Amino acid sequence: MTKKLVVIGAGMASGRMLEHLFEGAPGAWDVTLFNAEPRGNYNRLMLSPVLSGEKTYAEIVTHDDDWYAAHDVTCRFGERVVEIDRARKVVTGEKGEVVYDKLVVATGSDPFMIPLPGHDLKGVIPYRDLEDTERMMRLSETPGAKAVVIGGGLLGLEAAAGMAAHGVDVTVVHLMGHLMERQLDEAAGYLLRRALVEKGITVRCAANSKEILGENGHVKALLLDDGTELPCDLLVMAVGIRPSVALAKFAGLAVGRGVHVDDRMVTSDPDVLALGECVEHDGAVFGLVAPLYDQAKVLAETLTGGDAAFRPKEVATKLKVTGCDLFSAGDFAEGEGREDIVFRDPARGVYKRLVLEGPRLIGAVMYGDTADGAWFHGLIKDREDVSEMRETLIFGPAFQGGAQADPMAAVAALPADAEICGCNGVCKGRIVEAVEGGATTIEDVRAVTKASGSCGTCTGLVEQVMALSLGDDFVMPTAKPICGCTDLTHEDVRRLIKAQELKSQPAVWQELGWSTPNGCHVCRPAVNYYLLADWPLEYQDDPQSRFVNERNHANIQKDGTYSVVPRMWGGLTNARELRAIADAADKYGVPTVKVTGGQRIDLLGVRKEDLPAMWADLNRAGLVSGHAYSKGLRTVKTCVGREHCRFGTQDSTGVGVRLEKRLWGAWTPHKVKLGVSGCPRNCAEATCKDVGIVCVDSGFAIGVGGAAGMDLKEIQPLVKVATEGEAEEWSVAFVQLYREHARYLDRPYKWIAKVGMGWVREALSNPDERAALVARFDLSQTIYQKDPWAERAEPAQARRFRPLADLTLEAAE
Amino acid sequence: MSWIDIGAIEDIPLRGARLVKTPVGCVALFRTGENEVFAASDRCPHKGGPLSEGIVYGRAVTCPLHNWVFDLETGRAQGADEGSIPTYPLRIEDGRLLIDGEAVGRRAAA
Ligand SMILES: Cc1cc2nc3c(=O)[nH]c(=O)nc-3n(C[C@H](O)[C@H](O)[C@H](O)COP(=O)(O)OP(=O)(O)OC[C@H]3O[C@@H](n4cnc5c(N)ncnc54)[C@H](O)[C@@H]3O)c2cc1C
Ligand code: SF4
Ligand code: FES
Repeated sequence: MTKKLVVIGAGMASGRMLEHLFEGAPGAWDVTLFNAEPRGNYNRLMLSPVLSGEKTYAEIVTHDDDWYAAHDVTCRFGERVVEIDRARKVVTGEKGEVVYDKLVVATGSDPFMIPLPGHDLKGVIPYRDLEDTERMMRLSETPGAKAVVIGGGLLGLEAAAGMAAHGVDVTVVHLMGHLMERQLDEAAGYLLRRALVEKGITVRCAANSKEILGENGHVKALLLDDGTELPCDLLVMAVGIRPSVALAKFAGLAVGRGVHVDDRMVTSDPDVLALGECVEHDGAVFGLVAPLYDQAKVLAETLTGGDAAFRPKEVATKLKVTGCDLFSAGDFAEGEGREDIVFRDPARGVYKRLVLEGPRLIGAVMYGDTADGAWFHGLIKDREDVSEMRETLIFGPAFQGGAQADPMAAVAALPADAEICGCNGVCKGRIVEAVEGGATTIEDVRAVTKASGSCGTCTGLVEQVMALSLGDDFVMPTAKPICGCTDLTHEDVRRLIKAQELKSQPAVWQELGWSTPNGCHVCRPAVNYYLLADWPLEYQDDPQSRFVNERNHANIQKDGTYSVVPRMWGGLTNARELRAIADAADKYGVPTVKVTGGQRIDLLGVRKEDLPAMWADLNRAGLVSGHAYSKGLRTVKTCVGREHCRFGTQDSTGVGVRLEKRLWGAWTPHKVKLGVSGCPRNCAEATCKDVGIVCVDSGFAIGVGGAAGMDLKEIQPLVKVATEGEAEEWSVAFVQLYREHARYLDRPYKWIAKVGMGWVREALSNPDERAALVARFDLSQTIYQKDPWAERAEPAQARRFRPLADLTLEAAE
Repeated sequence: MSWIDIGAIEDIPLRGARLVKTPVGCVALFRTGENEVFAASDRCPHKGGPLSEGIVYGRAVTCPLHNWVFDLETGRAQGADEGSIPTYPLRIEDGRLLIDGEAVGRRAAA
């Protein structure tokens, strides 16, 4: 006798299950199939190709009317099940009841809609079914239509790419720092973003949505919490899914995050089974089809009396966006004893990372070349021992030995118009031409092209271009790379950041072929500095790439306490400030107060957790950070000058104050100290400063490159100028030239020794160049001239200075 | 094991660290990835440097005082330096950080 089977939900999982069932036990079951969507089963995965126009709906239908008829399935499509009565074994649909012997719940999941104000406006949709897809496709009929997608995961990006393919102006708003963060690491996220941007999609990461704005009940724009408004005609929310469990829960079945099922896909009621995205098995819920197909097989077996058991396997992800070739499988986070193997080919935009745990491969992320994805996925799933092939594993199964990551890959990848020599504006193509024209030595190239003929910092790159063109005929002098993460020198990296317009750390790691996932303590601070110096507006400073003193804006002492030095402009202070400093010293129990060599007061021995409160107190008295800890402007030391001293020729104090107010807050390759003395008696010791100004009757003698540290250096004369304004202009221009050219951690005197004082003088003596340097400096100051103390005294920031939790307290609850 | 909730993963900046005070001393939580955090002693065995103030990269941290580098998975110093720091079991669940209370010397608060 045929038994009655009722299935709720005609989706990917139940469709596959029915196929197995009809195959294994033909005619055994009389099936009634409910589906809330007004159609039978289609391939939901393929909605994205339908959206982008690569497929039609008809092509993605998996079970058509004929199929259902052939298997005598009673189809109740477009009818939602509203109740399950387990006592009577009856299911109630919107149009009436059906009795069952066995019931299968396959309701899939519901898209999660963030309850932002305005989420119920018209034009705010999820991405789940054919209706949503058609809604997006219709958008392109409106000329100039704009869409915003919230969520930079798999679904959101497929929605974005699909709409962009129809000419819609799409912006993706993503909360996390990089796209698809659950499947990809930053480097792959960077490449993906680059590819999407090339398709004309705007991508905003680390962006928090605040409110959906509407007009006449229809969505008008998305408001971010930084105040940005993104106008849109359609807003797609693709931020995640929740198992659809309401029906099962109401029927009293055991439900956690999903409907609980055992290994045989049976719920807490032996006559009710469940599968698909609506279930929870052994604590896990599902979001990709591969495991659902396994469930389908098991459930069909269970119904036909077999005893198969469901075992979850590692799943792999691919993004179905044409031109974005990515693959991710297994686990590349969390766990003990792991090791990374990284391979990057900047020329082809390829990134591969394998994660090993002991002798096994446990995770793989790939971008750009995913041909070996299935092979890696197999090694992960089968937990194979890969220790034998560890060395060459990353090159894939086809590897025959011999290939090596190429140290010159970054330069090889440069286009011909990439500028190699910044001083003389010589691009790569010009150097290649010179070599083809017979130049074989660096001197030859310099003679023909001028490349590397001025400051000389691009010499390494010029040599690499020559090596690439000359092949084995050219012996590369070996220059010292920044660190073990790269073969490039500081100078190479600085130059390439400009030439290739690299504006983020992941961009540098990828395009310049870093061999580690995210750098090390040597290269990270340097790269962070180069990026913020070259792209003040585009790049965001990364505190996690800074040494402790710059991150905490105070100097760490050997016992772990900190020293606090407020700024005193040109060494000037007053009674009110001194009182505030004295009060702070009392209040926070500061054991040592010392006057520094740079004419400041140093409060030593402050506890980290006290820093924000102390800063707030000092801020109230008008005191700001003295940056006594930074690779940046430290102090301008002055003498009393003309105002008080009988020898004074100019207002040295005033000039010093003016310079300090202009320069404070700027980051530099190393610390920068200035001095201004009112006459050649030099009471401010200006002649051993990075920039030293000595006033004379006729004006100001400016010298640069002094030092009084491990090396003792006297300044070298730069220029003599007549007015205070010119003194300021030259000083600022010099500092900016140093910021733009020096390698990280070179004081000015070291840098000048490399590029030559003649080059510095020449560069600065051109009034246009000077003005341009000053303008670039001022632009950067619009971002960086902010009191870091005030920012960190804010409650939200101040929290970070305290422990996350204190488990030493009893009954912490 | 007794898991104690000590905060949210977002409370730690990516490639940054935060401290937890425990009966066995300060424990540093290092966030090495979007969804990866390690717990280990904050005290450098060399001269007591605060490791939570170091630069974090890959699955390692560099001590801010004299640049010893520690593998956060094993706690061992890398390269030529000899020494190690205790590591502690930590779990991430729905974005919350759970540390093993027993390992850090605290009996479970019932
Ligand atoms: C655009 C898109 C792209 C995707 N791409 C991929 C991919 O590349 N790779 C991958 O592995 N996965 C992908 N997925 C996920 C995959 O589609 C799902 O994992 C799969 O469809 C889930 O199958 P299911 O049978 O559990 O649920 P569904 O396929 O969602 O089916 C559930 C059905 O139940 C119906 N239903 C719900 N409640 C009731 C009720 N009370 N009464 C009657 N009917 C009801 C629903 O209308 C629905 O039709 C994608 C998903 C989407 C939306
Ligand atoms: S440097 Fe000259 S002007 Fe300045 S205090 Fe000394 S003597 Fe006076
Ligand atoms: S205290 Fe850590 S390296 Fe010296």
